[in-house]
Amino acid sequence: MPDIRPEPQYATLEQQADVAVFGMWIFLATEVLFFGGMLFAYTVYRGVYPEGFAEAGRHTKIVIGTVNTVILLTSSFVVAWAVHLAERGRGRGVAVLLGVAALLGTVFLGLKGFEYYQEWHEGLVPGLRFEETGPHAHAMELFYLLYFMMTGVHGFHVTIGIGLMATMAVRAWRGAFSSAYHTPVEITGLYWHFVDIVWIFLYPLIYLVGRSGG
Amino acid sequence: MTATSPDRAVTARPAAQPPNYLTEGGSTLRSWLLTHDHKRIAILYALTITVFFFFGGAAAAMIRLNLVTPPGIFAADTYNRLFSIHGIVMVWFFLIPSIPNTLGNFLLPMMIGAKDLAFPRINLLSWYLFVAAGVVALFAVIAGGVDTGWTFYTPFSTMYSNSYVILAISAVFISGFSSILTGLNFIVTVHRLRAPGMTWYRLPIFVWSNYSTAIILVLATPVLAITLALLAVERLLQVGIFDPALGGDPLLFQHLFWFYSHPAVYIMILPGFGVISEVVPCFSRKPIFGYKFVAWASVSFTAVSFLVWAHHMFVAGMSVYAALVFSLLSYIIAVPSAIKVFNWTATLHKGWISFDAPMLYALGFIGLFTTGGLSGLFTANLAFDVHVTDTYFVVAHFHYIMVGGMVSAYFAGLHFWWPKITGRIYHEWWARIAALLIFVGFNLTFFPQFILGYLGMERRYHSYPPEFQFWNILSSAGASILALGYVMPLFYLTWSLYRGQRAGANPWAATGLEWTTPSPPPKHNFDKTPTVTRPPYQYRPEPEPQDAQGHA
Repeated sequence: MPDIRPEPQYATLEQQADVAVFGMWIFLATEVLFFGGMLFAYTVYRGVYPEGFAEAGRHTKIVIGTVNTVILLTSSFVVAWAVHLAERGRGRGVAVLLGVAALLGTVFLGLKGFEYYQEWHEGLVPGLRFEETGPHAHAMELFYLLYFMMTGVHGFHVTIGIGLMATMAVRAWRGAFSSAYHTPVEITGLYWHFVDIVWIFLYPLIYLVGRSGG
Repeated sequence: MTATSPDRAVTARPAAQPPNYLTEGGSTLRSWLLTHDHKRIAILYALTITVFFFFGGAAAAMIRLNLVTPPGIFAADTYNRLFSIHGIVMVWFFLIPSIPNTLGNFLLPMMIGAKDLAFPRINLLSWYLFVAAGVVALFAVIAGGVDTGWTFYTPFSTMYSNSYVILAISAVFISGFSSILTGLNFIVTVHRLRAPGMTWYRLPIFVWSNYSTAIILVLATPVLAITLALLAVERLLQVGIFDPALGGDPLLFQHLFWFYSHPAVYIMILPGFGVISEVVPCFSRKPIFGYKFVAWASVSFTAVSFLVWAHHMFVAGMSVYAALVFSLLSYIIAVPSAIKVFNWTATLHKGWISFDAPMLYALGFIGLFTTGGLSGLFTANLAFDVHVTDTYFVVAHFHYIMVGGMVSAYFAGLHFWWPKITGRIYHEWWARIAALLIFVGFNLTFFPQFILGYLGMERRYHSYPPEFQFWNILSSAGASILALGYVMPLFYLTWSLYRGQRAGANPWAATGLEWTTPSPPPKHNFDKTPTVTRPPYQYRPEPEPQDAQGHA
C-alpha cells in the first residue's frame, strides 16, 4: 500500500479529493458553455434554413452514428463500474475496466474517422471539398461546417479521455490507488461521462432531426 | 558611486530578515519559473502585465499625438493598427488579468487563511498560457498589425482585414484559457480552503469580488473561445457563418461576442471594487458600511452582467422590443454599482480619514468610476445611445470606467499591499504626487471626449473636422500629464525595493488576515493556520497606527 500524503495546501486527503472533484465539476461547467456556443449557432441556423438543414441531415451516416452512440454509452457504463470498484480498492479490476473503456473510445474514433472519410468522398467537407449544388447547397455547407466543428471538438475530447483512461489503467494496475485514495479515477470518470453526455446531445441533432421531417 | 554600493547591499539584505517567500526555495531564475507558490506567480504576472501596460500605453500616446491636428501624422491604415494594438493589448492583456491575477493571486489565499490556491500547478500553467498568448499577440502586432479593433467585428475581420487576424484571435483564445483556469482555481479555493471560522460573511469584500469575477470568467470565457474559433474557421475556409454575402449573420457574431465581452467589463471592474472596499475602511478607520449589501452587490453583478450584452447593438438591427428590454436591464445594473458607491461614501462619512497614497487613488477611483457609471446611464438610454453610438462619448464613458476606475483601483491596491508584497515602504510624497497627477491628467484627457462625442466626433477616425481641434488638443495635453503620472510609480516603487524602509507586518494598522503574517510572508503564508473568530473590518478610530516601525 503506497503511503500517500496530501499536498501542502490541503489539510487531509479527504479535502484534497473533495477539492479535485469540485474543480472538475467547474471545469465541466465551462465545457458545457464551450459546446453551448456551437449548439447556439446550430440552433440559430436551423431556424434560418430549416429545409437545408433537414436535407443535410439526411446525408449523415445514421448507422455509424447509432453504433457510436451505443459504444459510448457502453463505455460510460464500464467507467462507472470502474469507479465503483476503485472505491472498494480493487486495483486490477479498475485497470481492466478502464482499459476496456479506452478501447471502446478508440473504436468510436475509428468509426468516426471512417465517417469523415466517406464524407470527404461524397464532397461534404466545407471549404475543402464541397460538391453539393442545388437550392440548399449553402445551408448544407453551413450544417456540415458546424457538424465538423462539433464532432471534431468532441473527438478531441474523446482523444484526451482515452489518454486519461489508459494512464489511469496503468496506474491502477501498478497499485497506485486504494479505497482511501482514488480521486484521479473518479475525476477521469466524471470527465468521460461528460464526453458521453455531449454526444447524447449531438446524436439527435446531427443524425435524427433531419430525418424526422420526411 | 563606489561608496554607495556597500551601503546599498547592507540595506537590501540585512541578516535579521526571517525567511520569506522571496528567499525560501532559492532566488534562481529556475526557482521562479517553476514555482508553485501563488505569491511568486503573482509577481510573475505583475511583471508581465506591466510590460503590456506600457506597450498599450505607448500606442495610446501615438493615437493622441495623431489627433492633435486634424489631418493627423499617420496614414489611416497605420492609425487603424495603432488603435487596434491599443485595444487588444489593454483589454485582453492588461485590464482582464490585472487585479485578479496579480493582487488576487497574491492575496486571495492569504485573506482566507489558506496556504496556497487549490491547484498551484494549474496556477503556474495559466501564467505560461498567458505569456504564450502575449508572445503570439506581440508577434501579430509586429509582423503586420491588425486593423479590426479589439472587437474583431465580422465580416471585416473574416473577409477584408489582413491575415494576422487569425494570429491575434489565437492569442486571445489562448489567454482565455488562462482566464478560465484562474477563475476555476479561485472558485474552488474560496469554497474549499477557507481557514476554520472563516465563514462566508467573514470574507473580506476583496475575496467576494474576486470570487464573483471568477464566476464570470468561468461562465463567459468559453463562449468567447468558441466564437473566435468560428471566426477563424470562417476566415480559413470562407464559409459564411458570419458573412452576410455568404449567407451568414454578422449579428450572430455580435451576440456571441458581447455575451462574453459585456460580462468582461465586470471581470475588469469587480476586482477593482474589491480593492476599494479594503482601502476605504482602512483609511477611514471604520468598518465598511453595509457589509452584506456590498458583498451581495458583487454577486448580483455576475447575474445581471449576462443579461445586458445587447445594449452594444442598439443600432445594429434589433427589434425595438428587444432593444427596450436590454435598455431596461442595462439600467438595472446601475443598482449594484450605486450600492457600492453609496456604501463607500457612507463608510467615509465621519471617518478618521487619512490621505495616504492608496486612499488618494481610491478616492480618485470613486470619483472617476461614478462619472463613468453615470454616463453609462446616458448610453443605456435607447434614444440617447442612438445619438452617441460610435462617438467619443462612448470612448470617454468606457475609459472613465476602465482606466479611471480599474487602473486607479489597481494602483490603489498596488500601493496598499506593496509593503506586504515587498516588505518595503515607498516614498509617500512621490506616491501622492503621482496619484494627483493621474487624477488631473485623466480628467483632462477624457472629459473633453464626452463633449467631442456629444458634438458628433466619430471614434476610430484618424482625422476630424477642424472645429473639434480645441477639445482634441486639451485631450492630448491631458494624456501627456497622465503618462507622466503612470511612469512615476515605476521609479519610486523600484527605488523602494532597494532603499525603502522596512514595512513591518502591518504598516497601515489594517485588520485583514493578510496583515497578521510577516511582510514579506513566509512560503506557506502562515506559520500556523489561523482560526478566525471575528468579522472583517473591525476598525476603530485611531489617529496613530499601532505599528510605529513601518509607518511614517
